[in-house]
Amino acid sequence: MENYIVEMLGITKEFPGIIANDNITLNLKKGEVHALLGENGAGKSTLMSVLFGLYQAEKGEIRKNGQVVKINNPNDANALGIGMVHQHFKLVEIFTVLENIILGVEPNTMGFLEKNEARKKVVELSEKYGLSIKPDALIEDISVGMQQRVEILKMLYRENEILIFDEPTAVLTPQEIKELLGIMRGFANEGKSILFITHKLNEIMDVADRCTVLRKGKYIGTVDVKTTNKEELSRMMVGRDISFSVDKKPAEPKEVVLSVKNVTVASKHHKNNAVRNVTFDVRAGEIVCLAGIDGNGQTEFVSALTGLDKMVEGSVTLCGKDISKASVRERSVSGMSHIPEDRHKHGLVLDYTLEENMVLQRYWQPEFQNKGFLKFDAIRKYAENLIERFDVRSGQGPITVVRSMSGGNQQKAIIAREIDKNHELLVAVQPTRGLDVGAIEYIHKQLVERRDAGKGVLLVSLELEEVMNVSDRILVMYEGEIVGELDPKTTNVQELGLYMSGAKRNTVKEIDNAG
Amino acid sequence: MSTFYYLIQNMLPVAIPLLLVALGGMFSERSGVVNIALEGIMLFGAFFGALFVYTFQGVDMNPQVLLLLGMLIAAVSGWIYSLLLSFAAVTMKADQTITGVSLNMMIPAAILLFSKMFFNSDGITTTKNFYIREVPVLSNIPILGEMFFQRTYLTVMIGFVLLIISIIIFYKTRFGLRLRACGEHPQAADSVGINVYFMRYAGVSLSGILGGIGGFFYSVGVLDGNVSGHTGVAGFGFLALAVMIFGQWKPGKIFFAALFFAFLRTLAYSVSLIPFLDGLGIDQTYYKMLPYVATMVVLAFTSKKSRAPKAEGIPYDKSQR
Repeated sequence: MENYIVEMLGITKEFPGIIANDNITLNLKKGEVHALLGENGAGKSTLMSVLFGLYQAEKGEIRKNGQVVKINNPNDANALGIGMVHQHFKLVEIFTVLENIILGVEPNTMGFLEKNEARKKVVELSEKYGLSIKPDALIEDISVGMQQRVEILKMLYRENEILIFDEPTAVLTPQEIKELLGIMRGFANEGKSILFITHKLNEIMDVADRCTVLRKGKYIGTVDVKTTNKEELSRMMVGRDISFSVDKKPAEPKEVVLSVKNVTVASKHHKNNAVRNVTFDVRAGEIVCLAGIDGNGQTEFVSALTGLDKMVEGSVTLCGKDISKASVRERSVSGMSHIPEDRHKHGLVLDYTLEENMVLQRYWQPEFQNKGFLKFDAIRKYAENLIERFDVRSGQGPITVVRSMSGGNQQKAIIAREIDKNHELLVAVQPTRGLDVGAIEYIHKQLVERRDAGKGVLLVSLELEEVMNVSDRILVMYEGEIVGELDPKTTNVQELGLYMSGAKRNTVKEIDNAG
Repeated sequence: MSTFYYLIQNMLPVAIPLLLVALGGMFSERSGVVNIALEGIMLFGAFFGALFVYTFQGVDMNPQVLLLLGMLIAAVSGWIYSLLLSFAAVTMKADQTITGVSLNMMIPAAILLFSKMFFNSDGITTTKNFYIREVPVLSNIPILGEMFFQRTYLTVMIGFVLLIISIIIFYKTRFGLRLRACGEHPQAADSVGINVYFMRYAGVSLSGILGGIGGFFYSVGVLDGNVSGHTGVAGFGFLALAVMIFGQWKPGKIFFAALFFAFLRTLAYSVSLIPFLDGLGIDQTYYKMLPYVATMVVLAFTSKKSRAPKAEGIPYDKSQR
């Protein structure tokens, strides 16, 4: 019998209509990195919320060092030395780093804050773990990676010994991910115990000692990472075999669909232009990938391309028609489909039903309206058709409020809408962000299918693996410029990384003659 | 120069109610509750303060002591009235704007009804005079003495003290830090064990206390201790909201915003004393519009930059993360 620092035994947690955790057992050893793997909606976050005191389980018990404990709220968890980095950071933006760290456990005399001692402690901790945090910087002024370090410091400041990380890498750049995994390893070596929620298999292989897999709220098993491999883990997670390589024939590029010339876009944050003099073509029947580290102008470029924002200079031609100044709808009608980066902000109206979201681009067409009155029957039929063809799963079918759907199915709904409408070019921006392997596989298949159907696809991605596997041609964007064009068949991740970080660039060549 | 002193002396009793009520609004909104009800809270406090003064004005007592007691009554009544907003907005998670509006509509009508029933008038008229010709010793300080300690009211001095206390509570205490966290990111506050509901009750309660006091001070410093159900506090509660926004929800800036509006109002009422303005021959009524027109103009220009507390107006629901 081993000694576990935390045991969660037979945990069952129900929400109205769904059993989020069904008799789940998780044992955490002292000093290990323990990964918790599962698809979206598998119950990982719920389980961790139970451990952190945000939810109370209906059945089951939690033991710390063999003693049964009750955790009714985060304060109880904190008193037991359990800390958590939430997926959506719990930081007050207008406060300083220091204020966020001490919030809730403020050192004080008679209610008056005593910040100096706390500052000393924070600086010491930051130096000890190499977090390079400035205690007096405002949260809103620092990067997402730094904000996450503030969350980590919050736990360290409270001297927690059990650290929960809820999908910590989803928001980070590859470089930051590497650093974070290093930091986590360091904690474990020091005797702290880490629970690491993720659905990225590479990260588990890199850093975890053991891995517990959940599927649809049920416990599947716990494995030693050294004795397993990605294939086995993914089979446990999804319940079937997943192919990691994307199956596709060589591309057969035809005529130019999209032609971008000297596009320059102003930045919202600083005086310089966010996108500078970008020129390239996308042909029918190829997937062109715009790669780069987040924040190098991709978002601004896509906003200008899709008409959400104006460009300062340059022109965009779609199927021979100049759409540089066209409205979003004109672009849509001219054959541009767009899977937006932020599906909640630009992709869906979250409080509308699924069927209403399905016709967002088309409700005004005679098919769906007559003299300003919507044809609800036609909309319902159309939505039902799409739901079936694209396997969009939801609680109540066409009348489900989209907010209540899982991220993967929300994305499927957008893809269904954008692919089914008339289009020659599909702009897909980080289409797999935050999704699990099953959904990723599905989306990659759809992109390749579009290509094979003779459409042009422009994929904007931050994930190196996706860039390498899916695209036929890679354009690397760095500080608002295209710094290189690569062929995924002849390049490798290392070379791509060098371009993305600005360490390498080839002279900007005319890309018209590519393919 | 005497015109200058005159303007300052007349501006401060107007500025202080605006300042206090705006500070109250700040405490409420920075805790996450929109407080449209300030106008009603002011009037409620003013009414009970004046009722207290009316009841005890016959008793032989130093008028300043009576004022202090009246202030306490106004604070308590403002606080009680604000509990209605807390209960609706925090406990029952009602829409904060609608709750505030209804609280505003109730009070003037209630005062009219009450006053008709008991005084056969539209409000309460008191006879006590709280005016201070000069404060002993302090009024002899050169310049400052004449600005702050002559021909004034006790309300001005209390107002400055409350401003300083507010700043300290807001920025220097654990309570202030937690309050501000609740208005920005209540989930974050909750996750570190802060009781968001309690903090929001506290924020709204402070606005009730300051609003009640502000209302009473308005009645003392502007209306000679009277309250009417018809004119109420002349939109000062809403003006205080504008002051709060113009002051960016920060106590120091709110102070200057309150001075700005009070200055315009005083100027409007002192046109005949200023030869240049008097010479223009514009009807006085137009000048009296100044603070209100300025409100619109200032808000139109500053609202783009202004940054309201992020979570204000959104009832906190523990289960939504």
